[in-house]
Amino acid sequence: MPSEKSAKKRRPVLVQVETPNLIPERDLGTIPVLQAEHLGIDFGGLTAVDDFNIAMGRTEISGLIGPNGAGKTTIFNLLTNVYRPTRGTVLIDGYDTAGKSVAEVNRMGIARTFQNIRLFSKMTVEENVLVGFGNTMKTHLISDMLRLPGHWKQEAEFHDRALELLDIFDMRKFADTQAGNLPYGAQRRLEILRALATGPKVLLLDEPAAGMNPAETEELMENIQKIRDELQIAILLIEHDMSLVMGVCEVVGVLDYGKIIAKGTPEQIQNDPRVIEAYLGKQEVK
Amino acid sequence: MEEEVMTEKRPIISAGGGPRLEGAARKTLPMPVRYAINAVVVLVLLVLGELMIDGGVVNRYQSTVLEQVGIYIILAVSLNIATGYLGQLPLGHAGFMSMGAYGCSIFIIRMSEALGVGARDFVTGTPLALALVLGGLVVGGICASIAGIIIGIPALRLKGDYLAIITLAFAEIIRVVMLNIDDVVGFDLTGGAAGLTGIPGYSSFLLVFGCVAVVCFLTHTMMKSRHGRAILAIRDNEIAAEATGVNTTYYKTLAFVVSAFFAGVAGGLYAGCVGVLQPAVFGFMKSIEILVMVVLGGMGSMLGSALSATVLTILPEALRAFSEYRMIAYAIVLILVMIFRPQGLLGSYDFSLSRIIERVMNRDFPWARRAEKGDEAAKEVGADA
Repeated sequence: MPSEKSAKKRRPVLVQVETPNLIPERDLGTIPVLQAEHLGIDFGGLTAVDDFNIAMGRTEISGLIGPNGAGKTTIFNLLTNVYRPTRGTVLIDGYDTAGKSVAEVNRMGIARTFQNIRLFSKMTVEENVLVGFGNTMKTHLISDMLRLPGHWKQEAEFHDRALELLDIFDMRKFADTQAGNLPYGAQRRLEILRALATGPKVLLLDEPAAGMNPAETEELMENIQKIRDELQIAILLIEHDMSLVMGVCEVVGVLDYGKIIAKGTPEQIQNDPRVIEAYLGKQEVK
Repeated sequence: MEEEVMTEKRPIISAGGGPRLEGAARKTLPMPVRYAINAVVVLVLLVLGELMIDGGVVNRYQSTVLEQVGIYIILAVSLNIATGYLGQLPLGHAGFMSMGAYGCSIFIIRMSEALGVGARDFVTGTPLALALVLGGLVVGGICASIAGIIIGIPALRLKGDYLAIITLAFAEIIRVVMLNIDDVVGFDLTGGAAGLTGIPGYSSFLLVFGCVAVVCFLTHTMMKSRHGRAILAIRDNEIAAEATGVNTTYYKTLAFVVSAFFAGVAGGLYAGCVGVLQPAVFGFMKSIEILVMVVLGGMGSMLGSALSATVLTILPEALRAFSEYRMIAYAIVLILVMIFRPQGLLGSYDFSLSRIIERVMNRDFPWARRAEKGDEAAKEVGADA
């Protein structure tokens, strides 16, 4: 049943995704919104990621933790086709992403942020978000160039939508500011909003709390939950800040040397000896 | 609160027009009024220029220089799409220009023979001749954009230096083809090294600057739309643009092709202005000359490109007496600008008449702003001087 339904829906989903500010009625089928099977990549002789599996529910918040260099960001790059996996498959809503470009994968429903912020720094905050809306906007180049009525209608519509989206993080007041001039925390928030503008089903956050103070982290946790609750999307995040991971994630995976060494609820993870070993080393010397 | 009121009052809002809000509600011009003001100003300038030429205030030599200025403005503005907005470094703009020049002039020569339009008709400007000229410019643009697609799709997979070299080579190929195609294929197309002669002198002040206005308008409207934002996003951060769903190959090619199209139009105007086309004119140095204008004016600034195109076209004419030292002066100016203002004279500032009018309406002047102090919007580009 679900496969039939999503097969019919496939085209429109690829072309035009749900708009974030309308709370969508999503088909909560049994198919995981994001699924990776035996995902792995080798760089030369080095196996950076091996046998990575994940199956995310529609509104799940998952975390990925692990020591530096464990391969967390590499997994994000594999999920979004920045790197082509050596082994394994990635399925979004049951559809294989193999052979798709990064932009196409985004249109299939994955949006991401970056560990080192990558904004369009010379564009305004509103324009940053509008780039995210780009694939939802439909005017033809000629209509835009000649400023036909369709252009005005659409620009006005998406101007409002962009401001609404900025309201999520109370950033409307920055709409006309150059993105590069924003304070650090606001830049991180804008990156999330830009990702949301593409109307994703899964949001990948790469160290969203990096460089934030405890108060800001607290706020971010609330916002992550708010995004999930209001937009009904799944969120997968990489984070070093344990208070955030333990506070917000429902499932946590621990990665070490490219392999998942433990998986479970935050409580299970906190007490798992393998996790403690990965972070702190073994107690006795071999 | 005020924000909502504003949106209600003004259902149509520019994509990124003027500053919208600063505390209290700003008075703003509705979009149609903005366009009307700009259109009126352009028309007044065109008529003024034409009257000056007709009245003999500007002599024939000076008006020819003016036409050249207009042609170089189009070239610089069009190259700015690829360098300033897209952030690539193509070195083959003269190649596109020559495609346009030959395409346009061959079309016009052949068609005027077929339709019996004489050279005089182009000067007096009969409707048929005018239609031919406009048609020829479009044909020139299309020729150039075809060349743009052919080179763009493979070249834009490369970055930086590689793109520069491959476009440079491509422009040389075009030049050599223009030089030899008659001998090799046996056509009577380009006239080879002797040049293509018999091109009617159809370029006039009005035509050239009319084209300048149209090109600037279309560039502006493209950049202030979803297409333009995608192009700017690629410049600012290609990886992020891709991850945000921007089809980078498509938009790079689009920017490249639009840039080539306008260069082709400029080539067509050039042919009508000079009357003789020789492949040697469209060599490497021509590409560099256009690139220098863009870099000097400020990458990403249409006004900057236009200004430096004007200065760098008039300067060598003014310095005719010292023609030996022209290129040295050129080089020194460039070096100085690059040392003291690497982002170009105007940076990425762009001029907006309606923004200035709005500021006057709101009594929002730079000096008043400085006094206020608290308002650190810092978005005005004057601040980065």
